[in-house]
Amino acid sequence: MNIKSLLIGAAASALLAGALSAGELTVVSWGGAYTKSQVEAYQKPWMAKTGNTILSEDYNGGLSEVKSQVEAGNVTWDIVDVELSDAVRGCDEGLLEPIDPAILPPAPDGTPALKDFIPGAISDCAVANIVWSTIYAYDTTKFATGPTTMADFFDLKKFPGKRGMRKGPKANLEMALAADGVAAKDIYPLLMTPEGVDRAFAKLDTIKDSVVWWEAGAQPPQLLADGEVAMTTAYNGRIFNAVAAENQPFKIVWDGQIFDFDLWVIPKGAPNKDLAMDFLAFSTATKQLAAQASYISYGPARLSSSALVGNYITKPSLAMGPEMPTAPANFKTALQNDSAFWADNQDQLNERFNAWLAQ
Amino acid sequence: MSTISKEDGFVVFDHVQKSYDGEVLVVKDLNLYIGKGEFLTMLGPSGSGKTTCLMMLAGFETATYGDILLDGKPINHIPPHKRGIGMVFQNYALFPHMTVGENLSFPLEVRGQSKSEREANVIRALDMVQMVDFINRRPAQLSGGQQQRIALARSLVFEPELVLMDEPLGALDKQLREHMQYEIKHLHDRLGVTVVYVTHDQSEALTMSDRVAVFEDGVIQQLASPSDLYERPENAFVAQFIGENNTLKGTVKSVKDGVATVDYGSGHLGEAMAINCGEAGTAATLSVRPERVDIGAKSNAQAVDAKVLELIYLGDHIRCRMSVLGNDDFVVKVANASGQKHLKVGETTKVSWAKEDCRALDA
Amino acid sequence: MSDISVPLVAADGTPLRKKLAQAMFKSRMRAFGLVLPLLAFIIVAFIIPIISLLWQGVHDPRFASLMPRTTEVLKPGDGKSEPTEKMFKALVADLVATKKDRTIGQVATRVNRELAGARSLFTSSARKAKKLEAPFKQSLIGVNKKWARLDVWQGMKTSSRVFTPGYLAKALDFKLLADGSIVREDKSRRIYVMLLLRTMKISLIVTLSTLVLGYPIAYLLSTLSVRTSNLLLILVLLPFWTSLLVRTTAWIAMLQAQGVMNDLFVLFGLTSDGERFSLIYNQTGTLIAMTHILLPFMILPLYSVMKTIPPSYVRAAKSMGATNATAFRRVYFPQSIPGIGAGAILVFILAIGYYITPALVGGQDGQMISNLIDFHMRKSLNWNFAAALGLVLLVIVMFLFWIYDRVIGIDNMKLG
Repeated sequence: MNIKSLLIGAAASALLAGALSAGELTVVSWGGAYTKSQVEAYQKPWMAKTGNTILSEDYNGGLSEVKSQVEAGNVTWDIVDVELSDAVRGCDEGLLEPIDPAILPPAPDGTPALKDFIPGAISDCAVANIVWSTIYAYDTTKFATGPTTMADFFDLKKFPGKRGMRKGPKANLEMALAADGVAAKDIYPLLMTPEGVDRAFAKLDTIKDSVVWWEAGAQPPQLLADGEVAMTTAYNGRIFNAVAAENQPFKIVWDGQIFDFDLWVIPKGAPNKDLAMDFLAFSTATKQLAAQASYISYGPARLSSSALVGNYITKPSLAMGPEMPTAPANFKTALQNDSAFWADNQDQLNERFNAWLAQ
Repeated sequence: MSTISKEDGFVVFDHVQKSYDGEVLVVKDLNLYIGKGEFLTMLGPSGSGKTTCLMMLAGFETATYGDILLDGKPINHIPPHKRGIGMVFQNYALFPHMTVGENLSFPLEVRGQSKSEREANVIRALDMVQMVDFINRRPAQLSGGQQQRIALARSLVFEPELVLMDEPLGALDKQLREHMQYEIKHLHDRLGVTVVYVTHDQSEALTMSDRVAVFEDGVIQQLASPSDLYERPENAFVAQFIGENNTLKGTVKSVKDGVATVDYGSGHLGEAMAINCGEAGTAATLSVRPERVDIGAKSNAQAVDAKVLELIYLGDHIRCRMSVLGNDDFVVKVANASGQKHLKVGETTKVSWAKEDCRALDA
Repeated sequence: MSDISVPLVAADGTPLRKKLAQAMFKSRMRAFGLVLPLLAFIIVAFIIPIISLLWQGVHDPRFASLMPRTTEVLKPGDGKSEPTEKMFKALVADLVATKKDRTIGQVATRVNRELAGARSLFTSSARKAKKLEAPFKQSLIGVNKKWARLDVWQGMKTSSRVFTPGYLAKALDFKLLADGSIVREDKSRRIYVMLLLRTMKISLIVTLSTLVLGYPIAYLLSTLSVRTSNLLLILVLLPFWTSLLVRTTAWIAMLQAQGVMNDLFVLFGLTSDGERFSLIYNQTGTLIAMTHILLPFMILPLYSVMKTIPPSYVRAAKSMGATNATAFRRVYFPQSIPGIGAGAILVFILAIGYYITPALVGGQDGQMISNLIDFHMRKSLNWNFAAALGLVLLVIVMFLFWIYDRVIGIDNMKLG
């Protein structure tokens, strides 16, 4: 072998390496235990199956990065885990690639994907992977008999102590109406009227002085643990983690829970769009969604996954089924977050909420 | 000026000691009595303790041991602002945010003088240094010499009985410095104020002072009038520090009637005034001023061999460096007068001096 | 004779003035060449992005470019008369086109900013627009009777302005109407002026507290030996070395109701166990945390100025009969003013833009205007409005700077 052929070989292998590295998919999610569950349940099996590699990145939610990348014409993210409101908004703003539901595999029993997913889980530009829920939780050491209903959360006489709530109108207005005796199905129609909004704010007024407002999902369990609040609204997965992994004496009240989706979206002009589509279809298959539920207590977005949900991976004695927002016992009074309502009204309600807070 | 006793001293340092770290004394058992109206200079190399003494007098440092008295009253525990001592600092310390007038008015203001009183006093003080026209300038708009005058006027404006000056002319060029020396001297003569002046410049000290205290190693080496200091240094340090000086090493052979016979080594004998030397057999330093050395062997003088090493023409005199009795830095000032012998480098000649001009000091 | 002025010439005959200008030009070009790389970097990395972002605060061409026909027919109207068939025809044509381009969402989002609920109206109607037939007024109202409402058309008219004062007006709690007039916002939605004032107030308090806390420390540092003061400076800078999360966690542990400070208060009987102070998740928390983090920005300029004040000034003042207090007030303090000015400006400007700290420890009344800018940048994606808020903040800061210059003088400021 002479020098020339050696050089050609080197050049060829360099080219080959370049082609292979194009198979590197950038997956962006929220970090922490949540990303870990996705790595275990989605990313590792997909890499094993396709031979592609994944670069996993963390972010703090919101669409500002996606918007910046798309508007600058320099998209580096391939697939992003977003909240429903961001998925809707991003789709409206033309920041996301449309997704054809036909690429989604059917359930093992042959039920087509569109029927297998929980209603609302598939939209023009997004496919849900998990169901998470805003619930409220309390410190069991603070009360002899704990609260059980949404009304109890607003009852400072019966259950004295500070309350933690997310700083923003979303979920709080719904919970206020639920506590005021409005049935789940009537909450959004009522909120579309000015009277309904007034009523919700009036209910919030009754506890306003006792509320500690939180913004990041990690804050509520910390507030509870520090004794800053007696009960707080929270994301169910965070409370589950505090109880299961840190043995905190917290208990979730599922009454009036507001559930929502986390969804995969693909930024417009993603560098590896086809790979991203493939990963999206793979990760939202029945088996992968069920596997994820062993790592974190968020419910799979497919009905067919529920039966396959196993036990908690770090504490095999703990069955994950009853911890899911979608478990029948937890789901009775559940309200689905109405993304269309919030898309229409969030600007106005945010302003009103901020003004109300500042008063 | 006659010697001042502890009782009639206006400023008295009584067994004062000062240590900053508790291990080394920077001022060692200082006893100094300064008369009223006297111009006393503390002269010494840096680190000799002179500035520390001044700061103790001003009240910015406290004496570790001993008393400082001002006009008979101990002032150790009086804070600086109640001592009523004027002070001129090394870099003038004129307040940059005030005009010249405001700077001078400041000490009068804190003394509660009325506005008209203040104005009159400020003008009077500025007039003293011929700076009235500059009353509305800021210090940054003045030259170094002008700032110096303002600083002087400011230290005097409240009519203190004692003024301290901490190397006030250090930042000026040579010509201005000499000019200011006379000006300060004249002001002192006119006002009769007591001045304690700190400098490391011996010519400044000699020009201005009534008496000079030569500091070295925390101790006053000699306290005397400028002429005594120059003519009659009491130890080798003072002889070396004040003015130019030729030193020779020798051994005392005998002392008789205040005159020591000294062996310069190699059997060469000479006579000198026994000022501060030991008894027979001890080593001594012999000190002769360059201008007291004559070229050639004069009568009633002792002559020794000298070899010319270097000649520097200085106009009014010629500075001649020679090798004398093993000292290669022996300097002789030859007046540039008619009839003087012209020396050449490498030439061997005789030099001589009177025994009264040679002082046997400590080794 | 000497009255006639002859221009001076250089040795080679060219007029001296010209020769001088040539020489000056060369040295000026050389100086310019030296700063050119930095200038280019600043323009590309800072000026252009800032301007293009702030530009969005008054420039929003989205509706006009995506709905050209509707924009055209809306132009002459005053927004008060009933929409005509011609307008409906143009609207339907634009709805069909935007649905096809998948840009209807952007249009809907834009109008929704003016009129809550418009988003679903536009997206749902656009889906059916293709099948509509003339007369379009009747058929479109048949799809959704909201189209008959005047406020929908007014919302569109307001959205169709390419250059709009609307975002700026809103940033000052005013509202742009369809006819171009500007009125006060409803009382329940007025918030931004209040937040701007609060931001100023908090920044001012933080500036004063850093000054009160920092001044003695800077003074102490300036009097110590270089060795010791460098060591202490490192301690002063310690807050910068810890990550924001560590710091925040530390503040929470210290300040919360069950935290260290309150435990001490209870221990010393300053308060009872039941009535612990609220030191965090409110304005107090914001003030404490911001004072802590911004303290070094006050201390460093103060220190660098104080270091240059010779101790002889105060000594001179004392020798002239001034007490310690007078010497400080009349001599030392005036000379430290350049440091105070620099530190105060630095802290104030940094404080005005702070948002992470208030968001974490500020609770409901410790929020600042930057939190709302952040909200509109990241959450509501209303970059136009975020830009308008930023513009208002920028104008306020520049105005304060101008006042500072008039009162104290920029040249009197020493940054190091």
